[in-house]
Amino acid sequence: MSNFQSLLTVLTFLPALGAVALIIFRSGDDEASNLNAKRLALIITGATFLLSLGILSSFDTSNPGFQFVEKREWIAGLSYRMGVDGLSMPFVMLTTFFFPLTIYASWNVTVRVKEYMACFLLLETLILGVFTSLDMVLFYLFFEAGLIPMFLIIGIWGGKERIYAAFKFFLYTLLGSLLMLVAMIYMYFDAGTTDMAALLKHSFDASEMVLAGWHIPGGVQTLLWLAFFASFAVKMPMWPVHTWLPDAHVQAPTAGSVILAAILLKMGGYGFLRFSLPMFPVASEIMTDFVFFLSVVAIIYTSLVALMQEDIKKLIAYSSVAHMGFVTLGIFAANRQGVDGAMFQMISHGFVSGALFLCVGVIYDRMHTREIAAYGGLANRMPIYATVMMLFTLANVGLPGTSGFVGEFLTMAGAFQVNSLAVFAAATGVILSAAYALWLYRRVVFGDLIKQSLAKIQDMDRREIIVIGPLVAATLILGVYPSLVLDMFAASVENLVEAVDDARQAAAASGLTELAAHAAKEH
Amino acid sequence: MYTAILLLPLLGAVIAGFFHRIIGEWASMVLTTGILIFCGLLSWIAFFTLDPAATSSIVLFDWIVSGDLQAAWSIRADRLTTVMLIVVTSVSALVHLYSIGYMEEDDAKPRFFAYLSFFTFAMLALVTGDNLLQIFFGWEGVGVASYLLIGFWYKKNSANEAAMKAFIVNRVGDFGFLLGMFALFALTGSIMLDDVFAAGPELAERSIHFLGMEANAAELVAILLFIGAMGKSAQLFLHTWLPDAMEGPTPVSALIHAATMVTAGVFLVCRMSPIFEYAPTALTIVMVVGASTALFAGSVGLVQQDIKRVIAYSTCSQLGYMFAAAGAGAYEAAMFHLFTHAFFKALLFLGAGSVIHAMHHEQNMFKMGGLKDKLPWTYLTMVIGTLAITGVGIPFLYLTSFEVPVGFAGFVSKEVVIWTTFAAGGNAGMYAYFLLSFGAVMTAFYSWRLIFLTFHGQTRADKHTYDHAHEPGLVMLIPLFLLAIGAVIAGMDFYSDFIGHHEHEFWGSSILNLPREQGDSMLLSGKAIHELAKFFPFSCMMLGAFLSWIFYVRYPTLPSKMATRHEGLYKFLLNKWYFDEVYTFIFVRPAMWIGRMLWKGGDGRTIDGIINGLAMGLVPRLTRFAGRMQSGYLFHYAFVMLIGISLLITWFAISGGAGGAE
Repeated sequence: MSNFQSLLTVLTFLPALGAVALIIFRSGDDEASNLNAKRLALIITGATFLLSLGILSSFDTSNPGFQFVEKREWIAGLSYRMGVDGLSMPFVMLTTFFFPLTIYASWNVTVRVKEYMACFLLLETLILGVFTSLDMVLFYLFFEAGLIPMFLIIGIWGGKERIYAAFKFFLYTLLGSLLMLVAMIYMYFDAGTTDMAALLKHSFDASEMVLAGWHIPGGVQTLLWLAFFASFAVKMPMWPVHTWLPDAHVQAPTAGSVILAAILLKMGGYGFLRFSLPMFPVASEIMTDFVFFLSVVAIIYTSLVALMQEDIKKLIAYSSVAHMGFVTLGIFAANRQGVDGAMFQMISHGFVSGALFLCVGVIYDRMHTREIAAYGGLANRMPIYATVMMLFTLANVGLPGTSGFVGEFLTMAGAFQVNSLAVFAAATGVILSAAYALWLYRRVVFGDLIKQSLAKIQDMDRREIIVIGPLVAATLILGVYPSLVLDMFAASVENLVEAVDDARQAAAASGLTELAAHAAKEH
Repeated sequence: MYTAILLLPLLGAVIAGFFHRIIGEWASMVLTTGILIFCGLLSWIAFFTLDPAATSSIVLFDWIVSGDLQAAWSIRADRLTTVMLIVVTSVSALVHLYSIGYMEEDDAKPRFFAYLSFFTFAMLALVTGDNLLQIFFGWEGVGVASYLLIGFWYKKNSANEAAMKAFIVNRVGDFGFLLGMFALFALTGSIMLDDVFAAGPELAERSIHFLGMEANAAELVAILLFIGAMGKSAQLFLHTWLPDAMEGPTPVSALIHAATMVTAGVFLVCRMSPIFEYAPTALTIVMVVGASTALFAGSVGLVQQDIKRVIAYSTCSQLGYMFAAAGAGAYEAAMFHLFTHAFFKALLFLGAGSVIHAMHHEQNMFKMGGLKDKLPWTYLTMVIGTLAITGVGIPFLYLTSFEVPVGFAGFVSKEVVIWTTFAAGGNAGMYAYFLLSFGAVMTAFYSWRLIFLTFHGQTRADKHTYDHAHEPGLVMLIPLFLLAIGAVIAGMDFYSDFIGHHEHEFWGSSILNLPREQGDSMLLSGKAIHELAKFFPFSCMMLGAFLSWIFYVRYPTLPSKMATRHEGLYKFLLNKWYFDEVYTFIFVRPAMWIGRMLWKGGDGRTIDGIINGLAMGLVPRLTRFAGRMQSGYLFHYAFVMLIGISLLITWFAISGGAGGAE
């Protein structure tokens, strides 16, 4: 790599610089300056994407460790550390790929354009920060600060119930995070560092402890695990802390929904893979059945709920929760197929759900309603739209040949080796997803065009096609040749799975000796 | 060559689907049809030049690779593959050709041809798969093509409902297929066919913990895969989608819902014979389910009024015959019946299409009649098809030194199918034997009923339609003629290869037969049963044909009298044993009810109730806060704050960087 050592910092803060520029050089609210704002945002996000491509091109996929590492002293003994490995690089790419698209998809925003664009740029910085920071405190800052622009996006540019949705979103995700902060402080005192690379090597005590008369298997690890879980489970979101998501999606503007579904939801899964599984391997093992239970409930419960939705966005939001159920299933299977599958499922879900929300945006912009019943027979007047929507519906259903299949298949193949009952239950999601997704398509796109209101509806225009085109390509290419992404994280996943396995075996061995010693003493 | 056969239809589909505006409607039709005819020729070449002793495999490129789980896009070339190749490409080519005429007045022709070609591609991917994952890709791909084609006339609500139903019911089967794959992977660490087959004997010895039970590994895998096969091949309990699938254009029914896709389940069982052979219980289940379906579907077929539905139930029933043979262990017989069935069933469907075409899309046979003078060629070919499906031939007459029986294709293949169930013996074998024989009565009855109602007697059509009924053009007749030739000779011509003297060399290593107590090969045991047991199914067929003649030619008032006298039974059959109603009652409605309850009660009252309760104290304050935010001040304030934080971080970063370098 070049001797320029701050590539990731530049990448991460470039969008924020754009945001600053937008706010400082604001002038007037007329059309021309709004257009300039949009153009600037597009250029900045585009440049960020190009820069990330550059980083990707010299990213060594055979190296399981952190790359492009930056290390600087910071305040009060904390350090500023950045770096990427196979687990984070795909998310960095997903983020930089999506932002220019969403900016371009927002070309028709008319209210407070500059602030809107600045919000998105800032959001990009904060999200990139989550995936690139290698210091726990830095991670926490990015992780939490990301809430603010999203909160504003929903609260200002959202629908009628935006205030309620924004606060629900904010409270839910914030409350979970406070526990994580406490856990982080404990970890700092235990390990003496906030450096994530060092924390990954540190083993936290996993011997059973007694707290107020309760026996806690896994001891400290389990408590820490639970604290992180509180935060990541909300972000995921897992059942039963998912109810903020449908409301947030419904009220968010299209671009907000896209970012929320495509990227923000991945922060929880990333957190599990970065913290919970490798740092608390024993606790993760103890909690496997618990997580599997929640995942399976999420898949079945939210699929059934999705079946009955009357609002298109809500339906897709619920289906997202179900799809995230497969992710948690895969992560805590903690084997190669499971984790590979979870990673891939997150990337694929980014493309597919992002595209689905864009599809909803297309018709919402025309009809200003998200009600399923207001549509029907769109295929008659919108053949391009019908084709695109069909592709993403099928990808959402997990059809082989689209990216949606690979993740679902691998997570279930991985989890089956751990708990076949859970997979048996989760696989019913395969049936239910077909039911809700095809029924949605049937009600919105198929049928005769009877409704007068739709008689003049226009097919997708050029801008909309340009926005959705890359997603079509990504969904198909990754469906046929998923190795493009799988290879990116293969080494890191292998490394992770081995480390977790070793730690568990070591714990089991020492547990046995402890028990044996205990037994010997009693004798 | 194999690669070309596989990929050319996809190319055709893409061009017809996305570039028809550039090349034009006519060109897309000719192109896709031409490609399929070419692929058909290549397939026959592949079929005749194959060396069955050696299984070769062509790897195109990696698909899913994750640790031990490795699946590539690949082509497995063996006898099973080539048999399916000729069936799929030949019927597909003829259906493409036929559709040029049949879809003449439709305004979305390129879309139709694109779907047809895409279907063919997916089906080829299925039969050429060298690992279970690619088979599953094809499996789902044909499902989607079927979904799109059933719902091709998307303005029709009934077509949309039928398309959805087909996909979702198939997914129930896929659920089994997926679990079977996961189990195989968990047990053997691979999903490559060669690895899995090699593990067969080991699986028979192992047990696996599944759903709280200890199950034999081979049995479990076989049963799960068979559930997948049941969905695709419309076997009892998962059959409900097939009759409704007749909403699609008739050429689609001929290609997908008769000759190819629905036989994928049979193919899967035969393909996985190295596993099924080690799973005797699973095989018994296959046989029993097959035989039960044969009888059930036959019984419903007796009273249907829609010409296509009769043929659909007949397909369902014939698939049952194939499964019964496979379950008995005579995979060769199952594949042979699959092969001959493709010809005569496609013929019957395309013939029905010709009738429907002539009758301005009237499908009710009770509004037809007397068409044999109007449609002589269609009549002739459909009679040939009927002779073939009912299994007309000369029992106990064998030709040449290879002892080839004499009869129409269905006779040559179906007789042996029934015999092998007899040879399998035991309660299950006898159950299957008698059900299939009784099924033969029904097959003959409803098949001739179709001919009599459609072509014989006084017409019941309105005068205008009847007067204008005429034969279709050559483009539709040629496929009929070719298929009719197949229905006559395909059985006799290929008998010695598929199930006769050369059977062993012909199949090579593609099918595994373990020795059983009945003998080394179930095929031979089937042919060695008592002459009386051999003759019984044939006499059943004769009886069915005779009854049909009594009911619909000799005493045409008899059917309605019977229907009134046994109204309960009649209604029961007419309503298809009330499967749809029962399923709606026990699956569909509860799912929707539970969904609504979880949404309103679970998410709404319980979860949000708790959250809101917690936040109750905060809400009033929050609203005020929100009100101020609206004014814009707060927004700016938050912004400045954030930018401040970002700047701070950057500052520390840069200055800290300088410090860190020391």
